[in-house]
Amino acid sequence: MSTQMLTYLFVGLSFALYIGIAIWSRAGSTKDFYVAGGGVHPVVNGMATAADWMSAASFISMAGIISFIGRDGSVYLLGWTGGYVLLALLLAPYLRKFGRFTVPDFIGERYYSQAARIVAVICLIFVSFTYVAGQMRGVGIVFSRFLEVDVSTGVIIGMAVVFMYSVLGGMKGITYTQVAQYCVLIFAYMVPAIFISIMITDNPIPQLGFGAEVNDGSGLSVLQKLDGVLLDLGFSPYTEGSKSTIDVFAITAALMFGTAGLPHVLVRFFTVPKVSDARLSAGYALAFIAILYTTAPAVASFARLNLVDTVHNTAYEDAPEWFGNWESTGLIAWQDKNDDGIMQYGAGAALSPIKPSFDGNTGVHGERLLNNQPTESANEVYIDRDIMVLANPEIAGLPGWVIALVAAGGVAAALSTAAGLLLVISSAISHDLLKKTMLPKITEKQELLYARIAAAVAVCIAGLFGIYPPAFVAQVVAFAFGLAAASLFPALLLGIFSKRANKEGAIAGMSVGLVFTFTYIAYFKFVAPELNNTEYWLWGISPEGIGTIGMLLHFAIAIGVSRLTAKPPQMVQELIDNIRIPSGAKAAAKH
Amino acid sequence: MNSDQQTNQDSDISQMDNQKYYWQANLKLLAKLLVVWFTVSFGCGIVLADWLDQFSVFGFKLGFWFAQQGAIYVFVVLIFVYARQMKVLDRQFGVGDENGADQESQP
Repeated sequence: MSTQMLTYLFVGLSFALYIGIAIWSRAGSTKDFYVAGGGVHPVVNGMATAADWMSAASFISMAGIISFIGRDGSVYLLGWTGGYVLLALLLAPYLRKFGRFTVPDFIGERYYSQAARIVAVICLIFVSFTYVAGQMRGVGIVFSRFLEVDVSTGVIIGMAVVFMYSVLGGMKGITYTQVAQYCVLIFAYMVPAIFISIMITDNPIPQLGFGAEVNDGSGLSVLQKLDGVLLDLGFSPYTEGSKSTIDVFAITAALMFGTAGLPHVLVRFFTVPKVSDARLSAGYALAFIAILYTTAPAVASFARLNLVDTVHNTAYEDAPEWFGNWESTGLIAWQDKNDDGIMQYGAGAALSPIKPSFDGNTGVHGERLLNNQPTESANEVYIDRDIMVLANPEIAGLPGWVIALVAAGGVAAALSTAAGLLLVISSAISHDLLKKTMLPKITEKQELLYARIAAAVAVCIAGLFGIYPPAFVAQVVAFAFGLAAASLFPALLLGIFSKRANKEGAIAGMSVGLVFTFTYIAYFKFVAPELNNTEYWLWGISPEGIGTIGMLLHFAIAIGVSRLTAKPPQMVQELIDNIRIPSGAKAAAKH
Repeated sequence: MNSDQQTNQDSDISQMDNQKYYWQANLKLLAKLLVVWFTVSFGCGIVLADWLDQFSVFGFKLGFWFAQQGAIYVFVVLIFVYARQMKVLDRQFGVGDENGADQESQP
């Protein structure tokens, strides 16, 4: 069977599985819809959390980014895993004990204020929508390359599937499809990684393989060889960082604290039966995540080595088939600057502007010709870093079924995260805005209907983002973390650990944190992108890391304002005492 | 004030003390674990990474290994240690949720 047929088969089968689960696990009550009935086993929840968490960015882009920036890529590895320690130790158990449906629910009750609830809803919607748009784009990329349908059709198919299980099943449907999606995506990630590790180092464990010796008889380890090869081509060595320490520190912190404040992850811990289950479940979640996150840097180094080996100094006409496949999607381009028919790869941007724009003609060697001007750099090859994981099996010459598997895995990663995000958006609207604020008189049945309508609308908006991606989407996904770190995390933490924190402090803190972080990012990314460099940054901290400063500001203001204004009422003091002890935890209840 | 009320009040107070000590023990555990969390990630993986790179482990430069592998393993272990230690504290102070499901009907 051809690779194409296998891909249709694998993706089709996985879709059938997700829809089957959706029909089997329909939500009958708001409790089913918001928190899957509150009876999810900690291991199951851990697996669902892992799929919820690992998005198209983790599956498709992360190894690619690390591949190109080497040690600087550690910020993503540390940031997106270390956040779980904070989540498990500081938030999840207490929010589970609190036992309601949504994150704004906690803020609203703890800070005895509808205004605080609304501010939290705004933060949540902003964070979640920027994030979900990126997922839909991921679905589009996978579809356009592997299924050879255009991006819009791909997004619509993806939307239809998410629609089925999130609108019908709510959290209950999402939980069990996410378990299936985790299995698909981790299998799809590990199989090519293990193959490639064996090919390059004879060691079947990628985590060890990328420290091992290359089996080409040179006696060098993978990383030593990579350092040397890259240095020869004019890049900086793979294992040395080029970002400043303070910036790396700030970015890592923003990603960590942001992870701990992301509503779609937090809400997963509302679904387990007990407080002790929430603690344990966070451990399982991180263990499942770590399997992929410790493999990703290995994949990154293998892929870079493979890429240089196959592309550099190869005649275009002798280039392997995958090169042409990816060139036709526009994610690879070659411009023969010195007219020798051979591809020279090296440091520096190959094209000006950086992204290729094809003029529709083919050159003498069969390559797609470009409108772009050549740059001074000797580098002739443009490679989009997003393709590193997707093209890896082809670069390594693995069989067709592995390539098909990776396609199914990429779709699973994008869909599982999109569904989780859409659920928190719809529950924030139906529960926090409608039931708790605007229409308190609606019955449970009506609330469930509104939740479904909100989910359906959110799916459609997300789909539109995928079909007509606003230019800023790719840039802002990483900033969702900065915003979550600066707006939601401190309010949640103080709500649990400080009895003195009151509504004035929380509202001031969340607003300042959000506005400060948003303004800094918007200024350097959209208003004055030409100033976006170390010279103009505040204390040398890039927009990616500014969430850390926003968070510190939030803490300072929330604590200061709370000291100067009235103590929270007795009722809230009792609420805090109650969430601090596990006993008497009740299943998430409706109030 | 009759003696019944007196006993009730006493048990309320001792229960509050119990909760207070439980919370302090919890904070102490958190502090210990977070020190480790900070040391392996921000310490070994970032600030000290360049210095640690002179040592080598499993064929990796040590700082690089912490940043891309080691810290992640430690994170996983930290959460399981936390879950276990908290279970011990819960039991010790009698505030555990072993019978959590039984109390579902309470407000």
